[in-house]
Amino acid sequence: MDNKIKMQAKNVDFFYGKNQALKNVNLNVYANKVTAMIGPSGCGKSTFIRLFNRMNELVAHTTLKGKILLDDLDINSPLVDAVDIRKRVGMVFQKPNPFPKTIFENISYGLKVNGIKDKAFIEQKVEDSLKKAVIWAEVKDRLNDSALKLSGGQQQRLCIARCLAVETEVILFDEPCASLDPISTAKIEELILELKKDYSIVIVTHNMQQAARVSDYTGFFLLGELIEFGKTQDIFTAPKDKKTEAYITGRFG
Amino acid sequence: MKILRFKERLYKWIFTILAFASLFFLMGIVLVLVKESLPIFQKVNFFKFIFGRSWYPTYNPAEFGILPLILASIWVTLGAVVVCVPLGVGSALYLNELAGRRQKAVLKPIVELLASIPSVVFGFFGVVILTPLLQKVFHLPTGLTALNASIILGVMATPTVCSIAEDALNYVPNAFREASFAVGATRWQTLTQVIIPAAGSGIATAIILGMSRAIGETMTVLMVAGGSAVIPHTFLEPVRPMTAAIAAEMGEAPMGGSHYHALFAIALILFVITFIFNVIAEIISRSFRVKLGLSG
Ligand SMILES: Nc1ncnc2c1ncn2[C@@H]1O[C@H](COP(=O)(O)OP(=O)(O)O)[C@@H](O)[C@H]1O
Ligand SMILES: [Mg+2]
Repeated sequence: MDNKIKMQAKNVDFFYGKNQALKNVNLNVYANKVTAMIGPSGCGKSTFIRLFNRMNELVAHTTLKGKILLDDLDINSPLVDAVDIRKRVGMVFQKPNPFPKTIFENISYGLKVNGIKDKAFIEQKVEDSLKKAVIWAEVKDRLNDSALKLSGGQQQRLCIARCLAVETEVILFDEPCASLDPISTAKIEELILELKKDYSIVIVTHNMQQAARVSDYTGFFLLGELIEFGKTQDIFTAPKDKKTEAYITGRFG
Repeated sequence: MKILRFKERLYKWIFTILAFASLFFLMGIVLVLVKESLPIFQKVNFFKFIFGRSWYPTYNPAEFGILPLILASIWVTLGAVVVCVPLGVGSALYLNELAGRRQKAVLKPIVELLASIPSVVFGFFGVVILTPLLQKVFHLPTGLTALNASIILGVMATPTVCSIAEDALNYVPNAFREASFAVGATRWQTLTQVIIPAAGSGIATAIILGMSRAIGETMTVLMVAGGSAVIPHTFLEPVRPMTAAIAAEMGEAPMGGSHYHALFAIALILFVITFIFNVIAEIISRSFRVKLGLSG
């Protein structure tokens, strides 16, 4: 392969209690590429993407087997703090989840918890992040309004800006457009393509057109298994597995 | 078919009446309180009644100034707040954010059990254990003091505060926690900068309802506050809160006399205070649900 590997899942099994949600998943996330994960609801996409920033730790009674690597670092090693991983691997959630704080505070929060106190720096960073997330023009006159007053699409771009402010290396998007209108969706897709210059990106979507539009690599999940993984072009034009073919041609899911 | 419909309408009426019953009771109580307290204000000026510094209802001439009683109630209530806020909010935070599911399953019922202990038992505990202890520690003539009442009331209000504060924390959507962790915040940062501010007005509601529980509590203060109707100067003096005055004196006040009416007036004032507390709590908790984007 021509690309640098940024993150890697190696022989990953994952259990909620006794329920196995992922079965022996192996997948590479390449640097400065967009990796999409598709598959029907409940097949384990969210479970899988949340392993990359150790988010599943917040769920009780779960078991992880196998390894997740970030630049060769085993992120689940006892020597590694989840907080440090999340400073390098950011996440945007399915439902926009701004804090019940002002627009400004929503962005500055990530900087403050990372120990940054310089006011001028924070202000600059907030502006830069909002600009990068293409929402600056819409909010620059009301940075002190509650973020909850924004529309769904604006909230999601705010959440992306919040993530960008932290300057992670990877961004995980878990169905970021699931609750958005087509115009907001288009804006976010454009943004993802833009962000790829600076970030390695993983995106879960059950919208195959979206996967085809934004991603370089695609993995197809079914019932906790990674059925097929490869270049998006190949997956969509010449799937090797019958099940992948059935899914992308819309015969189930 | 007809019978069925009749039955249904009957049920509807029964439940409507039941639902309105408490409203009628409330109105009945208010009416009685107002009617029975009015006569005292023909004798004593309303402001003299509230701000009068002497409560000598059985002297001749009698004095009806309830400021000592009001201050006693305020003192023990604030004292109780000092006890029940750290205890109640602290345990709510622990239950919600730190305790595992199994710990919570054991601890929460225990806290709620605390709420079901009759107040006379708390009072008994105060008299038998706390009173001699305070007397010894502070070298007091009596351990029956405002401090004693504050501590016991604080413990009694803790389950109320804990359980409502815990509900408030539960209302904070998990999405906020995840969002905070996702930008690299620690558990402590998440708790202090996201969860507590988000649940803040819910926690305030919990505290106000705890206060309202403390100020209305009668049996305990009757037993442990000491009962002296003078304006308190320190927490180490005996005091007579409004509820204790009513409970202690109602039996000896001749029915229809000024003392009797004065006690009703105290009850009316107490009712107004708790009513205000509850209205404030309701307003705050509404704004809380709006703030979190839950239904208003
Ligand atoms: N918090 C959880 N507790 C228990 N089971 C869960 C939890 N989250 C997801 N699951 C289960 O794991 C499986 C995969 O779910 P998920 O990863 O959310 O799928 P997807 O994102 O592809 O829709 C489902 O069977 C789901 O019921
Ligand atoms: Mg999902």
